[in-house]
Amino acid sequence: MSVNRRDFLKLAGMTGCSLVAGAPRRSEAAVKSIEFYGLLIDTTKCIGCRSCEEACNEQNGLPAPEVPFSSDSVFEKKRDTSPGAFTVLNRFPNEKDPDNPVFVRRQCLHCCQPACASACLTKAMEKTKEGPVIYNKDRCMGCRYCMIACPQDIPKFEYESAFPYIRKCIFCYDRLKAGERPACVEACPENATIFGTRRELLEIAKTRIYENPDKYVHHVYGEHEVGGSGTMYLSAVPFEKLGFRTDLGTTPYPEHTSGFLYGVPLVFVLWPSILIGLNYLTEDRNKEKTHEEEE
Amino acid sequence: MKRKSNDMGRAREALHGVREFARFLAAEMKPKGKVLTPFNVITGTIIAVGIALIAIRFYKGLGAVTNLSQDYPWGIWIGFDVITGVAFAGGAYVLTFVVHIMKFEKYEPIVRVTVLNGFLAYVFYAGALLLDLGRPWNVVNPIIGNSFGLSSVLFLVAWHFLLYMICEFIEFSPAVAEWLNWEKARRVVEKLTIGAVIFGITLSTLHQSGLGALFLLAPAKIHPLWYSHFIPVLFFVSSIFAGLSMVIIESTFTHKIFHNKIGKTLRASHDDILLGLAKGAIGALFAYLFLKVIVLVHGGHWDLLATPMGYWYLFEVLGFVVLPIFLFGAAIQRRNVKLVQFTSFLTAFGVILNRLNISVIAFKWYAPVRYYPSWVEIWVTLAVISMELWAFRWVVNRMPVFKEHPATTEAREEISPVGEVVRWKASAS
Repeated sequence: MSVNRRDFLKLAGMTGCSLVAGAPRRSEAAVKSIEFYGLLIDTTKCIGCRSCEEACNEQNGLPAPEVPFSSDSVFEKKRDTSPGAFTVLNRFPNEKDPDNPVFVRRQCLHCCQPACASACLTKAMEKTKEGPVIYNKDRCMGCRYCMIACPQDIPKFEYESAFPYIRKCIFCYDRLKAGERPACVEACPENATIFGTRRELLEIAKTRIYENPDKYVHHVYGEHEVGGSGTMYLSAVPFEKLGFRTDLGTTPYPEHTSGFLYGVPLVFVLWPSILIGLNYLTEDRNKEKTHEEEE
Repeated sequence: MKRKSNDMGRAREALHGVREFARFLAAEMKPKGKVLTPFNVITGTIIAVGIALIAIRFYKGLGAVTNLSQDYPWGIWIGFDVITGVAFAGGAYVLTFVVHIMKFEKYEPIVRVTVLNGFLAYVFYAGALLLDLGRPWNVVNPIIGNSFGLSSVLFLVAWHFLLYMICEFIEFSPAVAEWLNWEKARRVVEKLTIGAVIFGITLSTLHQSGLGALFLLAPAKIHPLWYSHFIPVLFFVSSIFAGLSMVIIESTFTHKIFHNKIGKTLRASHDDILLGLAKGAIGALFAYLFLKVIVLVHGGHWDLLATPMGYWYLFEVLGFVVLPIFLFGAAIQRRNVKLVQFTSFLTAFGVILNRLNISVIAFKWYAPVRYYPSWVEIWVTLAVISMELWAFRWVVNRMPVFKEHPATTEAREEISPVGEVVRWKASAS
């Protein structure tokens, strides 16, 4: 089961109406509601055809790859996303079924509460109400703090350019606004990547696990990791064997710095008052000293 | 008719004043003393080549000259120049607190030079940030307000850098006014000092800890022995002894190099001041060690101590926190100024090590390909340091940094008899 276009348009329309009617503010909406879009990637269905990579390349106008998309030779070593490739497939051995290796797509997970957006001091990285974490390139000053913060190491920097940008998957945000699905979803011949609202996708993912308890690992990667993400994964092989980080915890990353940021106004109020008080106090002390000297 | 000629005269006078001022500035711009000294030749070469390298960096991009990678987005230009440089500049807020708030007059002779050093450190080392930014022309974005990233610690740090630079400039500006002989302006800025000091200490508390808080967003990337929610507090406390040990190191050098510039009071009390600063440093080091132990116990990563990274951690804590405590203690007890100076170097090195550990060495300690700085990164860093030294020397050779302005000392002498009379009168009545 996947979400067809009619359903999507219906949902998009509803979202639009609720917006017109006065929805809560963007960031709150993105955090609190789970009615935003995401992807579910079922690694058991992926055949490693790299159609998603090709579609992504075309959609984003990225440079032609060194190895053509039809070639399997790229699977010989593990690849990472780059300024020129926003999604990459990697091949992992399958212990259960050695003849059928596992293919895993790597790209931005579009976290519910993204570390990159909370790190960005110019709001270049921005969590949209529709779900995608997008990049406003005109605001970016190239500090690369988003790269430090991202637990998945997704944002990539154009080191070779004098006018560099950060590059990463933006969930084909323009297509989404036009009522279309992301290019990689359209391109997938096996429906290994499906598109929908996060709530629907979670239901689908869990249904698949319940219906095939022996096939799947009983975990949806991205349901709780770092507070949950828009892109989620199903797998037959433990996730740590597929290059996933399973040590990230479930705390949304912005919460790591919120404690410090709450302390800021406190210091701003307390410090000056304490310092002014101390200043008066020591003035008296000095006066007393001179007074004593006189006597 | 008469009025007109008056106006003309006034305009001519003003023009003459401006011309005089320009002539004065032009004369002051010229180097004083010998030009071809070994120091000038070496640092001059470093700066000249450094500027060429910076030009290449802006023409070809960061990848052409640095070893930065997708795995290591921050190298020594951030980890050393900015993060360590700012910690070393902490001496300014500590000393302004001691002198202006707590009124320990003993340290007054070194306040100006410390504030100057702090100000230059921010201008040059925090300024080095611009070299590292991919799109430095957008650095104004978080300031002019078309896109406030209020949830970002870096937003806070950026604003605080800017505001604190202004505070430090105000704190130092009486010396500038004295140099220019602007008596009225000096009186005005002197009145602003205490406000700038209070605001400056508040800002420093927040951005010294804020630089540490930046790394709170990388819990899965920094080695567990270094990562903790205490990083901001650790950064703040360590900036106290980083700053103090840097003040000791600086005054060790300046005392020798600018001997003829140094006022009587400072010359007489120099050793006493250094020993006092060492006492301050030992207190901060103790607090820091205490926090480090608490963090270690809370973290519960005892098993990791017996790994290579664990030995490295112990090397940092035992060699550059525990050892300095003992050495400072011994030096204070024996009034051994040489040992104070040596220990300050040790402490300062420990701070460099700590900041580099968090930003570079223990950062992604698991990565298959590690970052190490390219020669260009090191060279440009040396060039930035050289430029700062030149700027420092230029100011010290012109402005009254080490001694009180003769006018103020005279004024005090003039005033004090009046005070005596008033007091005498008050006691008589």
